[in-house]
Amino acid sequence: MKTIQEEKRMSIVIVGHVDHGKSTLIGRLLYDTNSLPRDKFEEVKETCEALGREMEFGFILDHLQEEREQGITIDTAQIFFNTEKRNYVIIDAPGHREFIKNMITGASQTDAAILIVDANEGVKEQTKRHAYILKMLGLKQLIIVINKMDLVNYRKDRFIEVKEDLLNFLLRLNLGPSFTIPIVAKNGDNIAKKSENMPWYKGKTVLECLDTFQSMRKNSDKSLRFSIQDVYKINNKRILVGRVEAGVIKKGDEILILPKKKKTKVKSIEKFLENPIQGEAGESIGITIQDSLFIERGNVICKEVGDKPKVTDKIKANVFWISDREFNINERITLKLATQEVSAKVEKIEKRIDSSTLKEIETNAKNLKNNEVGVMVVKTLKPVVVDNFNYIPELGRFVFEKDNGIVAGGIITEEK
Amino acid sequence: MDHLSELESKSIYIIREAYKQFHNIAMLWSIGKDSTTLLWLCRKAFFGKIPFPILHIDTGYKFPEMIKWRDEYAKKWGLNLIVGRNEEAIKAGISPKNKLECCTALKTEALKQTITKHKFKALLLGIRRDEHGIRAKERYFSPRDLEFRWDYKNQPPELWDQYKTKQDDEEHIRVHPMLHWTEIDIWEYIKKEKIPIIPLYFAKDGKRYRSIGCKPCCLPINSKADTIDKIIQELKTTSISERSGRAQDKESAYMMQKLRSLGYM
Repeated sequence: MKTIQEEKRMSIVIVGHVDHGKSTLIGRLLYDTNSLPRDKFEEVKETCEALGREMEFGFILDHLQEEREQGITIDTAQIFFNTEKRNYVIIDAPGHREFIKNMITGASQTDAAILIVDANEGVKEQTKRHAYILKMLGLKQLIIVINKMDLVNYRKDRFIEVKEDLLNFLLRLNLGPSFTIPIVAKNGDNIAKKSENMPWYKGKTVLECLDTFQSMRKNSDKSLRFSIQDVYKINNKRILVGRVEAGVIKKGDEILILPKKKKTKVKSIEKFLENPIQGEAGESIGITIQDSLFIERGNVICKEVGDKPKVTDKIKANVFWISDREFNINERITLKLATQEVSAKVEKIEKRIDSSTLKEIETNAKNLKNNEVGVMVVKTLKPVVVDNFNYIPELGRFVFEKDNGIVAGGIITEEK
Repeated sequence: MDHLSELESKSIYIIREAYKQFHNIAMLWSIGKDSTTLLWLCRKAFFGKIPFPILHIDTGYKFPEMIKWRDEYAKKWGLNLIVGRNEEAIKAGISPKNKLECCTALKTEALKQTITKHKFKALLLGIRRDEHGIRAKERYFSPRDLEFRWDYKNQPPELWDQYKTKQDDEEHIRVHPMLHWTEIDIWEYIKKEKIPIIPLYFAKDGKRYRSIGCKPCCLPINSKADTIDKIIQELKTTSISERSGRAQDKESAYMMQKLRSLGYM
């Protein structure tokens, strides 16, 4: 194995229509980077032989018996590999329509994405829907791979045809890929090594492209947002625990506690067996404050001076419905945003959109179904503390919960 | 923030979330390196005072060193330790001759009995996605039914740190705060934090255990790694998988899947 200079890990998701070759590409990436334990490779090879099939790289991920038999990936799997530059964790997301919630689960945890398209079949329904989800999740680092080039005799004109078709769609989403690469995942063409079958392609390989990407930066340079998760009483100290979502919090900072705008000062930053003077974005910490105030889970701390999140009971959002259970506008629903949880009503579904074709199905809709996007106005029973998704994503996104489970994900486009 | 701090912060967030949402929870401690690291993270999450019990399932086949180690640190760290044993099955003389039967009776059944007795709503476990193919499918908050079955085909979505926190009466939730760690991360963190680890992991006479459980079903690997640094170095160059010395993974390609759908950890 290679030495790793940069210990930082980047996570990537591989998405695309069913059977366009996601699992095969992952298996190949593992094989080509020598990241596959020998005994695992042997195990997969033996299983393939037992099933009377040729060696399938995809089986490395499709570790469940049923998946092997049916040949589809049911859930999101994660697996690791590394290049000379850094470590990667790949998330394999299922292409089937029924598994969109799993695909979102996987993709919401990543820094970059590879969208895979079959050169022969071209752009399909899930290719577009997955592109839409990447856009909604705010993923900006994107590679398109046109796979199975061997099936179209490595033809450059077919590559360009599929590429333009997809780029036209992405343009409507305002999503531009960083790279587009012709590959044959099962044979390794343009994965780790340049393909000898496509001398007309002068660009980078998949691994070279990945290495150009940046790990997602935490929001330390933005204004402070600290979400309270819980309040502990330890050794007679009242410790407010939570995570710094953005910015930096320091001992002595003058702060406001929202939604009630209570003013106080940070007395100490608390970590077990440490004496920190500050906590930065992404960090789980505790703090104590100067004044004895009533604080509870869901409160958000910001600085007294500088920009503040909005306290409001009305937001405008794009909501992606991911449940079989159809939504009716008259229902109450639970909104969860960072550590806040409130009852809400949807005041208006301005547009109902098909997430694959981007077609407007209806305006002023009363319902929302699985895999549809609603552009809506949401009214919460109590005020919530929010930011615009484009500014501080951690406070600009939420889920809807119904019947003990998550049914939708939304991003805030406007705080009213 | 460096890589290890990021991993730590995410795990602590999940641990605190589990306690806030379910309150009546326990952490499963196998005395191995992963769950000992999880125990360490729990101590950090609650500033040294873990507000819930630590559960050890004792099959009667554990390494004697593990029991001694467990009791020593339970005392040192002031843990509320609960030991779960399926006494009936141990008396009946169930043995690893039939591995599926043995694991099911002595681990899974023992765990079921203990959960029922204490009415735990959620359990914290130190499993990681990179351990085994099937574990890669796990969620951070993963529901199990009364029979402990895992409906992996119909798992709840998880996004933006929002998890499955509401449950039906007949469910309990497995919480996996370290799902995103790798084996090397664990060792680097143990080194950084100076976490005490049971010496079975360190090489003696050319052999060490890379993964520990019940004595009859664990094989040591050939290794000269007798310090954490040497273990990390070994892991960076090996191409053998972590659990290759664990008998239950080997029995058949699907043993682990069967065990897990029956409620195995």
